[in-house]
Amino acid sequence: MRITAPAFKENAQNALTDLHLQRALEHVEAGFIHKRAKVVAALPEFDALRDAARDIKNHTLEHLDLYLEAYEKAATKAGGQVHWAETGGDARAIILDICRKAGAKTITKGKSMVSEEININDFLAENGIEPVETDLGEYIIQLRGEPPSHIIAPAVHLTKDQVEADFRRVHTHLDAARDLSESTSLLAEARGVLRDKFLAADVGMTGANFLVAETGTSVIVTNEGNGDLTQVLPRVHIVIASIEKVVPTLEDVSTLLRVLARSATGQDMTVYNTFSTGPRRPGDPDGPEEYHVVILDNGRTAMLGNEFHDMLRCIRCGACMNHCPVYHAIGGHAYGTPYVGPMGAVLAPALFGLDEAANLPNASTFCGRCESVCPMRIPLPKLLRHWREKEFERGLAPATQRWGLGVWAYFAQHPRLYRLSTRLAIGALGWLGKKKGRFRALPLAGGWTRHRDLPAPSSRTFIDQIRDREQ
Amino acid sequence: MSGRETVLGKVRRALAVSGAEAERKAAVDERLANPVAGLIPERGQLEGAARVDLFCKMAEAVQAGVTRVASSDDVPEAIAKFLRQNNLPAEIRLGADDRLAGLPWEKTPNLTRKSGPSDGRDLTGVSHALGGVAETGTLVLHSGSDNPTTLNFLPDTHIVVVAADDIAGDYETVWQRIRTIFGKGVMPRTVNWVTGPSRSADIEQTLLLGAHGPRALQIIVIGGTA
Repeated sequence: MRITAPAFKENAQNALTDLHLQRALEHVEAGFIHKRAKVVAALPEFDALRDAARDIKNHTLEHLDLYLEAYEKAATKAGGQVHWAETGGDARAIILDICRKAGAKTITKGKSMVSEEININDFLAENGIEPVETDLGEYIIQLRGEPPSHIIAPAVHLTKDQVEADFRRVHTHLDAARDLSESTSLLAEARGVLRDKFLAADVGMTGANFLVAETGTSVIVTNEGNGDLTQVLPRVHIVIASIEKVVPTLEDVSTLLRVLARSATGQDMTVYNTFSTGPRRPGDPDGPEEYHVVILDNGRTAMLGNEFHDMLRCIRCGACMNHCPVYHAIGGHAYGTPYVGPMGAVLAPALFGLDEAANLPNASTFCGRCESVCPMRIPLPKLLRHWREKEFERGLAPATQRWGLGVWAYFAQHPRLYRLSTRLAIGALGWLGKKKGRFRALPLAGGWTRHRDLPAPSSRTFIDQIRDREQ
Repeated sequence: MSGRETVLGKVRRALAVSGAEAERKAAVDERLANPVAGLIPERGQLEGAARVDLFCKMAEAVQAGVTRVASSDDVPEAIAKFLRQNNLPAEIRLGADDRLAGLPWEKTPNLTRKSGPSDGRDLTGVSHALGGVAETGTLVLHSGSDNPTTLNFLPDTHIVVVAADDIAGDYETVWQRIRTIFGKGVMPRTVNWVTGPSRSADIEQTLLLGAHGPRALQIIVIGGTA
């Protein structure tokens, strides 16, 4: 996708006034938060499982080189072909090469955020290979030419009516008078259209939620079964996975799946968890004849071993965005990167550069809900703060913000002056606003008062009030 | 330099390691050679009939249907009855699984059986599961000519037979069984965990059954009653 993160402020403004979007976003709070809370409450060990999940990934990351090598060895032994890609461009070239050797005309795709990250669809289309998204949400947004707005519910920004209009626009071979007023009819129509694509595809490409070093296995997690049809029917299966997806053993994956399903969709377990190891075996009546795994770095090693290390534990459940007040207000597209919400605001500057994504770490109130629900206990607000510090250090913040922080820093380093000036300012504001209790406009605070009133402060500073109380 | 050396080199530089440290290698070798189960929730840790009951309850909670029969001899009639009750044609497709082949199909002369992987036009597929997991009502199936993977996903209705004795409390127990059957560090080409029928909530977060996989999942549990 095209990165539009530099226009974040404008994107967010547009999102706030988009009525379709605002209607669709109501489903995020209702759909995800309640369901997650219910399954979490039903499992007394949930928090202990989060600790265990965090420890598994920490251990793996500390030994990442060795686990990647072990994974490669086991996958190769099972007949798989492992490819390594340093950049998105390398991965695209590898994938195109496999497709060309397979003589592929169409390629079906299971849902994969890494494939969005490396923009594989446009690249394949430019090279004469038709990519077909098969996850219902991904299929819908592919018809619309849009990027996903949520990492596990890519079409969450759309209403049913919009989906109906798109299906009528694109599925012109079907009876124009058909009834599509119910969601079930939309689902049935997509199922029918995509069934033919599944059976015709030459190559199937999926992501991987996990790679298992012990057995050389790739794991996908889906509710629809689209990922399975993508990988079992075509002659060639390509898995695209980033380096941090590797975990040691099948037991470790089981622990992670227990927290993933609950955190993502509020299910005890996702409908289909599929463990794939190598191509079709002698005597197998189905399955791919070739099994390729492309292991991608694309900026992740630059997060390893430094202040962003914890982010590499992320298992892409989406709980952080489901609980984010900023995401609830503007949806995913405003972020302008494939990864959105709090996890996206941490990942995007690392993957696409701080110059591109400097706005995103600022799109947070630091309320901390994301960290409180993260199954991998990633300190997201802390990581966002690290990016803000880097943004400031590199002079990327706007001049007024830098000037304001400079003034504040000067006073903060001179406590007497700070107390005196705040006492004067608060006293004056308190006196001026005594009558109405609020200000409709205030010099230097236009950014605030343009959208809402500023409540008048009490006429005494916090420090003074505390001192009174202590006496 | 190859992509492999570049990526591994970057990982090692970031971690400030060479990859040759004996202590790190030993930690990894040990973890892979002797996989240890992590924290296992209490929920599934039941014995006998209680464990099978939990499996059935959890499967039904995710919209799977459950039929319980006393012995494997009852399976053909249970399948025929299910198809009748749901107005489905008396025709099934199944793989070469010996446990299914050995059932008394003569009891259901009107039931047509087709063999082999699905071509996408079968209405009902029948598989025999390797096992089940009571904790979440999950079926565990594996690929091969016995139970082709396409049968798990292409037919509209999937009927899965599982022996009560093969229902474990947790996933970890099933992994141990797979290691015993296939050998340590060896996996079948595909292992499928299936928990309920296919679904999607991609349109307005409304849950709908039958996205791309089966619209209905019917589990036939053999034995296990108290």
